[in-house]
Amino acid sequence: MTAANTLRGATPPRSWLRAPLLFSALIALFALLMARALYLQWIDNEFLQEQGSSRYSRDLEVPAHRGRILDRFGEPLAISTPVKAIWAWPDQVVATPAQLQQLASVLDLEPRVLAARLAGGDDFVYLKRAVAPEVAARVATLGIKGLHDDDEYRRYYPGGEVMSHVLGFTGDHDVGQEGIELAQQSWLGGAPGSRRVIINRRGEAVEDVANIRSPREGRDLALSIDSRLQYLAYRELKAAVDSNQAKAGGLVILDTRTGEILALANLPSYNPNNRNHVARDRMRNRALTDIFEPGSTLKPFTIAAALESGKVEPSTIIDTAPGTLTIGTATIHDAHREGALSVEQVIQKSSNVGAAKIALSLPAVAMWDTLSGAGFGTPPKTGFPGEVSGRLRPAKSWRPIEQATIAFGHGISVNLVQLARAYSLFATDGELKPVTLFKEAGPVAGRPVIRPATARAVRHMLEMVTQPGGTAPKAQVPGYRVAGKTGTAHKLEGGVYVNKYVSSFVGFAPVSNPRLIIAVMIDEPGGSQYYGGNVAAPAFSNVMGAALRLLGVPTDAPISQPQLPADGADVREET
Amino acid sequence: MVRLNLLLLATLVGCALSLVTSRHQARGLFVELEREQALARGFEVEHGQLQLEQSTWAMPARIEKIAREQLKMQLPAPGRVHVLDGVAR
Repeated sequence: MTAANTLRGATPPRSWLRAPLLFSALIALFALLMARALYLQWIDNEFLQEQGSSRYSRDLEVPAHRGRILDRFGEPLAISTPVKAIWAWPDQVVATPAQLQQLASVLDLEPRVLAARLAGGDDFVYLKRAVAPEVAARVATLGIKGLHDDDEYRRYYPGGEVMSHVLGFTGDHDVGQEGIELAQQSWLGGAPGSRRVIINRRGEAVEDVANIRSPREGRDLALSIDSRLQYLAYRELKAAVDSNQAKAGGLVILDTRTGEILALANLPSYNPNNRNHVARDRMRNRALTDIFEPGSTLKPFTIAAALESGKVEPSTIIDTAPGTLTIGTATIHDAHREGALSVEQVIQKSSNVGAAKIALSLPAVAMWDTLSGAGFGTPPKTGFPGEVSGRLRPAKSWRPIEQATIAFGHGISVNLVQLARAYSLFATDGELKPVTLFKEAGPVAGRPVIRPATARAVRHMLEMVTQPGGTAPKAQVPGYRVAGKTGTAHKLEGGVYVNKYVSSFVGFAPVSNPRLIIAVMIDEPGGSQYYGGNVAAPAFSNVMGAALRLLGVPTDAPISQPQLPADGADVREET
Repeated sequence: MVRLNLLLLATLVGCALSLVTSRHQARGLFVELEREQALARGFEVEHGQLQLEQSTWAMPARIEKIAREQLKMQLPAPGRVHVLDGVAR
């Protein structure tokens, strides 16, 4: 009724309330809007801020690469390089059969394999990882919908199987899993950073806003390894293991002045660049993680202990007749009986009875001190993960028969690096050098263990080993005087000695001023030869000769054919 | 007074414009810097790959094979080696 009146232009009845009511309602609505605006501006501003900034700013990842591993001359042994991983959710892939055919050929995959990977439904699947960036670019040009690529790093090892045991390898995301890669993860590994930038409408960064996280680049690591010597060591070890049909082998080269490991080779080996289906067994760095009973290569330490105690002189005569020595219920044998031998000849001919007799004339503690001082029974601390300490029982638990067998290297176990390092006692004037896999700046001081006179006396005996009448004439190197000791030890299996052998040779050269120590160990030679002087010494000689030549070490003997005894006149070692 | 204000206004406008241009220039330079840095990263990657390639070509095994098989090199027998006294000249 009122409305009708209004329409007709009649003056409506005034309500005194209406205007203020409308006015305040409008004000209230404005206030509400203001309040909402203020609320969004000051209090609940996150959502809009985010929406806004997502239109003009981006967080960019700043990549950081893993540091390289270098040899002592800076030759790269391990390098990470960016690659792409091609992945997809199979149910989102739209491709014609022809395109799939092309994709398979670009990725170098069997079409069958590709089809199988793409049959996975909605599960995330890698089509191929670690492909070269150029390949990824070609994949992109195929124009297949639903394919993605991610940046990855892949580590390459140019040395392949030659270096693999020292370096180890990295796994997913370039994280170290074995060897030096594992031990030095925190040094080598980089951490990617992140920064926020303002982008323009073309998506280019135009301004740095904030550095959210600085990237930390991985650092390079210089090893003590000389890659030329490493190759040499691997080649000769492989030749020795192959020609003797052995199960395994190891070879270590040490620098006598710094204690650096210049080469460390193991067999069997593997290629770290392609380690699908490689048994874990092949990945072990046997020279550091496996122990063995050294056999006669331990005799020089017995003799050194005896010389130190003053009980014998190098010329003292020891009667080894009749080639056996009975202690309690056990008997020690010399298979090739020699009769009366001087202490020097006990080493030269490697007489077990002689070494045992000398050992039994000493207090157990004196012998233990020398062995322990030479580093046996303690880990060599090379910085390699999983290295073992070997076994040297405390002297007070030794029974006489044990003291006698330890004298020729049974009842004690060592790893190859320990054994090589222990010979630094004789290669220097009685000092034990620390041993390391990392490059040293200069000569490293050792810890004196035996007197210089003792060291020189044993050095002379060790040189006799390689001369006619010794057990290892095949260790001779033309042009250099060589000293060393053979070892041929029966292996222990289930607590019983069996007719399987570990043949070894540890030596150094040139005798006038020793520069390199080389230890060779051949595990279970399967051919007709098993004496250390025939199996390990030739490999030692080849490596030593070539290594000294490579390093330019001055010769200290005339260069002539090694003097080998006539056939059949070999001095055979006791086992 | 009016003239001073006008002068100040002109200065203000001038400053404002120069801010805009320098800002624009800064962004242009920044884009360029980014591009160069990306290039530098690319070169670094390439350097790594080249090093890898170099050390693969320079593998002692390969060198030895070439020396022995292609160049027919061999070690002299011990009797054929003479050592010269190391007198530096």
